Amino acid sequence: MVDIRLASEVPLFDIVADSTEPKHLVTPGSLITKETGFMRGHGTYMQDDCLYSSVAGVVERVNQLISVRPLKSRYHGEIGDVVIGRVTEVSQKRWKLDTNARLDSVLLLQSVNLPGGELRRRSAEDELAMRQYLKEGDLVSAEVQNIFNDGALSLHTRSMKYGKLSQGCLVKVSPSLIRRQKTHFHNLPCGASIIMGNNGFVWICPTLHEDAAGGFVQNLETVPHGDRQAIGRLRNCVTALAQCKMMIYDTSIMHAYDASINAGFEIKDLLLPDRITEIALMVRKQFEMEKE
Amino acid sequence: MQDLDSKLNEDHENLVRLNMEFMIPWLFELEVVGTLKDDLRCDGRTRLDYRPIILETGLVSNASGSARLRLANSDVLVGVKVELASPLPEKPLEGRLEFFVDCSANATPEFEGRGGEDLANEICRFLQMSYMSGDTINLAELSVLAGQQCWVLYVDILILECGGNLYDAVSLAVKSALYTTQIPSIKVATMDGDQPELELSEDPYDTKRLDTQNVPCFVTLMKIGNHYIVDPTPEEECCSSSGIVVAVSGTKKITAVRKIGSGSLHPESLVSMLKTGSEVGAVVNKILMNKLLEEERAGNTQKVGFMR
Repeated sequence: MVDIRLASEVPLFDIVADSTEPKHLVTPGSLITKETGFMRGHGTYMQDDCLYSSVAGVVERVNQLISVRPLKSRYHGEIGDVVIGRVTEVSQKRWKLDTNARLDSVLLLQSVNLPGGELRRRSAEDELAMRQYLKEGDLVSAEVQNIFNDGALSLHTRSMKYGKLSQGCLVKVSPSLIRRQKTHFHNLPCGASIIMGNNGFVWICPTLHEDAAGGFVQNLETVPHGDRQAIGRLRNCVTALAQCKMMIYDTSIMHAYDASINAGFEIKDLLLPDRITEIALMVRKQFEMEKE
Repeated sequence: MQDLDSKLNEDHENLVRLNMEFMIPWLFELEVVGTLKDDLRCDGRTRLDYRPIILETGLVSNASGSARLRLANSDVLVGVKVELASPLPEKPLEGRLEFFVDCSANATPEFEGRGGEDLANEICRFLQMSYMSGDTINLAELSVLAGQQCWVLYVDILILECGGNLYDAVSLAVKSALYTTQIPSIKVATMDGDQPELELSEDPYDTKRLDTQNVPCFVTLMKIGNHYIVDPTPEEECCSSSGIVVAVSGTKKITAVRKIGSGSLHPESLVSMLKTGSEVGAVVNKILMNKLLEEERAGNTQKVGFMR
């Protein structure tokens, strides 16, 4: 019921995700190079002809351009990314979503599919009925269509797989832990579906069926107990991987899930620090076995 | 204020889907609260389970007693300093405890500027209320010279990170800090007319400790739908409209109760929540005391501190 540990009994979470150490780790204020002739990119600044780093991260060098990629930062959008956002504001002809980026992302009224699948020009009535489709607090999955001049992302849900999310569990991790893959929607064999937003929001829900209505229809039926256990376990696995700074993608999540089932851990046991390190070590071992 | 729109499906009475229109941007939302009837929450815990707690005492070397407690994402640091002062005129034979809570702006964006002041005052007042009962701590032990000098324990609580369930985390940390507080022994040297001279012992290890067996622990119970849960996460706190915080002493007695949230509670559910709260509180008290004893027996091991 209650688990109290002393700090000295808790294991460290520093499991290196890849076996190779990054080549050049820097902290804010550390010197990158004294040589001139380099162009400075993001995360650096010049002082007395020397190049210093302004963030904590890995130095990346492309020809003459030196930049520092931070280990933990806000989401930086690319066109084509799948993101999950929460509606914060309903404005004129657009919705503003919070996607863990520096600015709220924008979902324009013309970028969503109208219920019924009609293709027409959006009228004044559509604008007044916006709140019926999405209101403040709703979760939406969308794709980045465009990036405005100020860096805000313009999203669209012009496909049946995107739209309002109904029942499930949201897990927030750092965006740098989500691997870029061909598809971010996965139907896992354990009875749940997972949407990995590039912005660090991971959505776990009961299995999405192919013929789902999508769009703005929400499914509010009771979720069966077995599904909810699977969702709870997946949620704890994703949180465990994030705490050990391992990359999150469908294979690593499934390895963690299988490892937790094989080791016989209860769902709530996965919250304990030593179970988290055990799971991470088992996942890493699994990857090493697969490499051979 | 937040507008809570909660739909209870008639057929599936315990499935609650809550949708919040939030004004404060950081409020979370839960798409599925989970059928609490099946005793399964989002992270697999039952209704009465706590999240893992990590405890360490003796971190602050220049305080008489200190403790740091981490309850999942909630991080609380408590320091206790003892000072000599004159006792209150209406209680000449007792010392006293003074609480001060500081919600650091780092804890959560809501605490920016003076945002954390209200919560800090609430926690402070509830702490004071729960320690007022004579059952909790023997304040007569803190008296040095009847009517003239007594020990005052200044308990400073710093909330470093807010991850839900702050009351419980604060109370457990305060109890741990008081457990490790060392009060110097003091002798009355001479009586120079009206002015007594107090002599502090030379030996820094010549101290006495307080009996913290009955110091209260808080248990927060939040009501969601038809059930109540212990140790809510921030998401669960947002989904709930009402709850109570119960201060339970070591002897399973309730020393203070406070209702939180804007919703209402049925008298029957209130009674059952109080009962559950006192049982859970007794269990938490026992486990915490065992752990503190274990740490004491382990002796002076390397302090982990904040470098993890």
